Amino acid sequence: MNIDLVEGRDGEASAPGEPVLEAEDLRVWYSGPSGPVRAVDGVSFSLRPGEILGLVGESGCGKSTLGRGLLGLLPDGAARDGVLNFRGTDLLSLKAKQAYALRGGSLGMIFQEPLTRLNPLMRISEHFAETLKVHEKGISKAEIERRSLEALRVMGIPPTRLRAYPHEFSGGMRQRLMIGLTLVLRPAFVVADEPTTALDVLVEAQIIRILHDLRATYDTSLLLITHNLGIIAEACDRVAVMYAGKIVEIGDAREVFTRPRHSYTRELLRSTISLSTTGLNYIEGAPPDLTDPPSGCHFHPRCPDAMAICAQREPAVRTTDAGSRVACWDADRRDGLALSEAESAPLEREEIAVADEA
Amino acid sequence: MASSSGSLPRYIALRVLLIIPLVWVLLTVVFLLLRVAPGDPVSATVGDRLSEDALDERRAAAGLDRPLVVQYLDYLGNVARFDFGNTFRTDTPILSIVRDQGGATLTLTVGAFLIALLIGIPLGRLAGRFRDTPGDVAIRVYGVVSYAAPLFWVGILLVVLVNAVAPSFPTNDIASPFTKLDSEAYTKTHILVVDTLLAGDTSAFLDVLQHHLLPCLTLGFLLSGVIVRLVRINVIQALQGDYVEAARARGIGEGRVVRKHAFRNALVPVITVVGLQVALTLSGAVLTEKTFNWPGVGSALVRYIGERDYIAVQGLVTFFAVVVVFTSLIVDVINALVDPRVRY
Repeated sequence: MNIDLVEGRDGEASAPGEPVLEAEDLRVWYSGPSGPVRAVDGVSFSLRPGEILGLVGESGCGKSTLGRGLLGLLPDGAARDGVLNFRGTDLLSLKAKQAYALRGGSLGMIFQEPLTRLNPLMRISEHFAETLKVHEKGISKAEIERRSLEALRVMGIPPTRLRAYPHEFSGGMRQRLMIGLTLVLRPAFVVADEPTTALDVLVEAQIIRILHDLRATYDTSLLLITHNLGIIAEACDRVAVMYAGKIVEIGDAREVFTRPRHSYTRELLRSTISLSTTGLNYIEGAPPDLTDPPSGCHFHPRCPDAMAICAQREPAVRTTDAGSRVACWDADRRDGLALSEAESAPLEREEIAVADEA
Repeated sequence: MASSSGSLPRYIALRVLLIIPLVWVLLTVVFLLLRVAPGDPVSATVGDRLSEDALDERRAAAGLDRPLVVQYLDYLGNVARFDFGNTFRTDTPILSIVRDQGGATLTLTVGAFLIALLIGIPLGRLAGRFRDTPGDVAIRVYGVVSYAAPLFWVGILLVVLVNAVAPSFPTNDIASPFTKLDSEAYTKTHILVVDTLLAGDTSAFLDVLQHHLLPCLTLGFLLSGVIVRLVRINVIQALQGDYVEAARARGIGEGRVVRKHAFRNALVPVITVVGLQVALTLSGAVLTEKTFNWPGVGSALVRYIGERDYIAVQGLVTFFAVVVVFTSLIVDVINALVDPRVRY
C-alpha cells in the first residue's frame, strides 16, 4: 500500500501539462435573510487534464454551490471572490458574454435530476443542434447530425432515437443524453453534481463507468460531486472532503480513504453502510448555519476528538507526508505538533446538543 | 418515428369522438335545468290573461303536458336532426336566430380574444422575465384592475370617454343604420365583418370594423388581465425550471433561453386555461352586448330567459355549449401540437 502511494505521488508530481482549473481561496457568498451565507468559504484546489476529483460532504455543506460557482451558474445576489483560473483565464473577471461562451464549450455541467433537465418540448436532435449552433457559428447541418450521432453512440443510445422527445426515454437514458449533450462540445472541465443520485444502482454503475471512461475518450477533467463514498473510491483519483463551506481534507482517494486524517473524514467513512456494517454510525448534530459558522474549526461542536484549541483557533491547512492537505488540530497533534496542556484539553461542551436534537 | 412520438391524427380523431358524449351530457343538463326552474313559457307569456283550462290547452298544444322522458327523447331526436324548435312567442326557428345573430357574438368574442392575447402575452412575458422591477409591478396592477373592473362599467366609461373625445366615433350597435340597410343583401356567412369584406364594400367594412372596436376592447380588457397574470406566473415558474438552468449551463444565451425554453413551456398551461376562459368570455359577451346594444345571441338569450321560453333558451344555451365544446377541442389540438407529451 505504501509503495503504491509513493508511486502515485511521483506520478502526480511529474504529470504533464498545466492544471486545467485552479481555485485559490475561492469564496461564494449568498445574500440570505439573516446576512450573507458563506456557502463556499476559502476553497483551494487544482485539477489536471483527465483527472477526476471527487467532492464529498453532507447535504448543505456547499458542494453544489461550489460546483455551480465554478461555472458561474449562481442566482442573483450571489458573489464570488478569490482566484479561479481556467487554462490561464481568470473566470471571476469575465464579462457575462464571455462567460456564456466558455460555458458549455469549455466548462460543462451534469446535473442531479436527469428527468427534468431536458426541455420537454424539444426533440433530442434540437437540443444538440441548439447547443452546437450557439457555440460553433456556421456549423453545417450534416456536421450537426454527425456530431450528435457520435455523441449518442458514445453514450450507447441507438441513432434511431435522435429525433425522439425527452419523455420517451428512461431516467438512466436521459442522464446519458445529458452527458452526451455536455460532451458534444468537448469541454475540458466538467462538473458532475450527484449525477447518479436519482437513478437505480445498475444505471448508477453504468453512468459512473461512462464518466470514468471520459478521460480516455476526451481527456476531460471532472469534478464529481457526490455523497456516495463508494463512487469516489471507484471512480476518482483524488478526493476533497468538504464541511461547512471549507475543504477540510484533500488528497489521493485511496490515501484519504485508508488513512483519513481529519476527524470529519473519519466519521464520514464510519457512517458508510455496507454488508460488513454491524451497527449504524452517524455524526451527531447537524451541519452548522453558514450565516454564522462556529468559531475555530467549524466541525468542533460535533467532533469526538475536539480539544480546547479547536473552538478557539482555525486549524491551518497543512500538507502531510503522504501528500494530502488537511486542516485539523487533532491530525496536527498526532503528527507531532506540540500543543500546550490547556490547548489539548478535551473540549468542554454545553450539554444542549442532544436536547436540541430531540 | 410517428408511432414513438404519438400519432397526432389518431389523437384528434379520438378527441372529436369524445365530443358526442360531451354534447349529450350538456343537452341533458340544459333540458333538466330548465324543467326544474319554476314557471313555464305558457304561464310566463299569457298566464295572467287566460283561464287555467285555456292554459292547459296551450300547454298540451306545445307538448308540455307529456311525460318528461317523452319530451326529453323528443328533444334529443330533434337536436340530432339539427332541429332546435321554434320560439314560443314568435314561432321563429331557433336555428335562424343563431344563424342571424350568432355571427355578431362570435366576432365579438373572437375580437376580444385577439385583443386580450395581443395585450396579455407580451405584457405577461415582460413581467415574468423582469420580475419585481417597477415595470413588473405596473403590469401586475394592470392585471388586477382589468380583471376586477366590472365589464358593463368599463363599457360605459369607454362610451363616455369616446363620446367626449371623438363624438362621431360609433359607440352603439354593430353597424351604422345606413350600412345595415346596404348590407342586408350580404348573407353569405351571416358574419357582418366577413360579409362586407367578401362583397368588396370597403366603406361598409370599415364602418363595421369601427363598431367592433369598443365592444371588443371592453371584453378583451377583462380577459387580458387573466392572461397577463397567467403568462407572468408561468414564465417565472418556467425560468426556474431545471431545463432552463441546464440550457444556461450549456452556454445558451439568456434571450434564447427565455424564448425557446422558458416561454414555450410557459405557454402550455396558458393555452389550457385560456381555452377555459372562452366560457367566461361568452357570459361576458352577454353583458357587453347589452352595454353596446349589440345584436348578438347574448342579448337574445337574456330576453328569452325573461319570457321563460324553454325552447329558445334551450336552443341558445346549446349553441353556447357547442361553441365551448369546440373551443376545447381546438385547445386540445393546439396543446397536442405544442406539447408532444399530450399526444399519448
